[in-house]
Amino acid sequence: MTRLLPHPLLTPILAVIWLLLNNSINPGQIVLGLIFGWIIPVLTIQFWPEAVSIRKPFVLIRYTAILLFDIIMANFTVARLILGNPDKLQPVFIQLPLDLTSDLAISLLANSITLTPGTLSAQLSEDRRYLLVHALNETNPETLAATIKQRYERPLKEIFESC
Amino acid sequence: MLEYFLSLLILIGAAFTFIGSLGLVRLKDLYTRLHGPTKATTLGVGSLLIASACYFSIYGENISLHELLITLFLFITAPVSAHLIAKAALHLNLPSLAKLQETEMNDEAEIDPAGAIEKNQDTDTRNAGQKTKPTDSLSDRT
Repeated sequence: MTRLLPHPLLTPILAVIWLLLNNSINPGQIVLGLIFGWIIPVLTIQFWPEAVSIRKPFVLIRYTAILLFDIIMANFTVARLILGNPDKLQPVFIQLPLDLTSDLAISLLANSITLTPGTLSAQLSEDRRYLLVHALNETNPETLAATIKQRYERPLKEIFESC
Repeated sequence: MLEYFLSLLILIGAAFTFIGSLGLVRLKDLYTRLHGPTKATTLGVGSLLIASACYFSIYGENISLHELLITLFLFITAPVSAHLIAKAALHLNLPSLAKLQETEMNDEAEIDPAGAIEKNQDTDTRNAGQKTKPTDSLSDRT
């Protein structure tokens, strides 16, 4: 079972991506999409050795909604900062201590940080305990770190890692 | 009526894409410049694609949703490329505005080349035949 279907979640996702790519819902395309969704995870099992499980799907949906809202707000914030006086910006680097351990969760967190207001994930320390984050305009680094941990890291931890 | 709405979306998209590119000119150092293209353009390209999906779904023959995929891949690839550029910049010790206000950047900048040198020494010693594991040096450093 695990060798024939290493990532049960990936199969429907790949099938949906295939249908979107072809822009059609013909039965033939659905079958082809499912075949691709089955064979691609089997062939690429070596890149994804660890199984991915979503423990709380509703938290994931809520997280996605929060993230989309934050992305839109981020665009307005950054646009305002760019159009304002660039000399007044106060960019800082902060070290964000990580509680997450799984690869997927860390990369999703780094992606979220980059997409959300005024922050950019720059580097993951080699022991995977700190993420270096660059903030475009931040006068209070401690509250920024606390906000990121509370707003993004905790839901990700709930979704991908049992706690 | 719908066409006005779609034109508004396209105008918003064009404006945000323009502002994102303008950030490359107006901002002062590499790290702040990265913020423009990664963020301001996501909404710009996003609203252009929403307009495209609406237009072709309503006036075209079929529902057109493959614009969603472009948005998805943009959200995945933009942060990854920004992350890699920032990582390369840290590695090369490029000048940063943040260095002036915060000492953490200095620390990080000092750690980085030190780590690179240690790694080089590791490979040197391993080439010389002494079996020092790279994990040892890692645990020493942390």
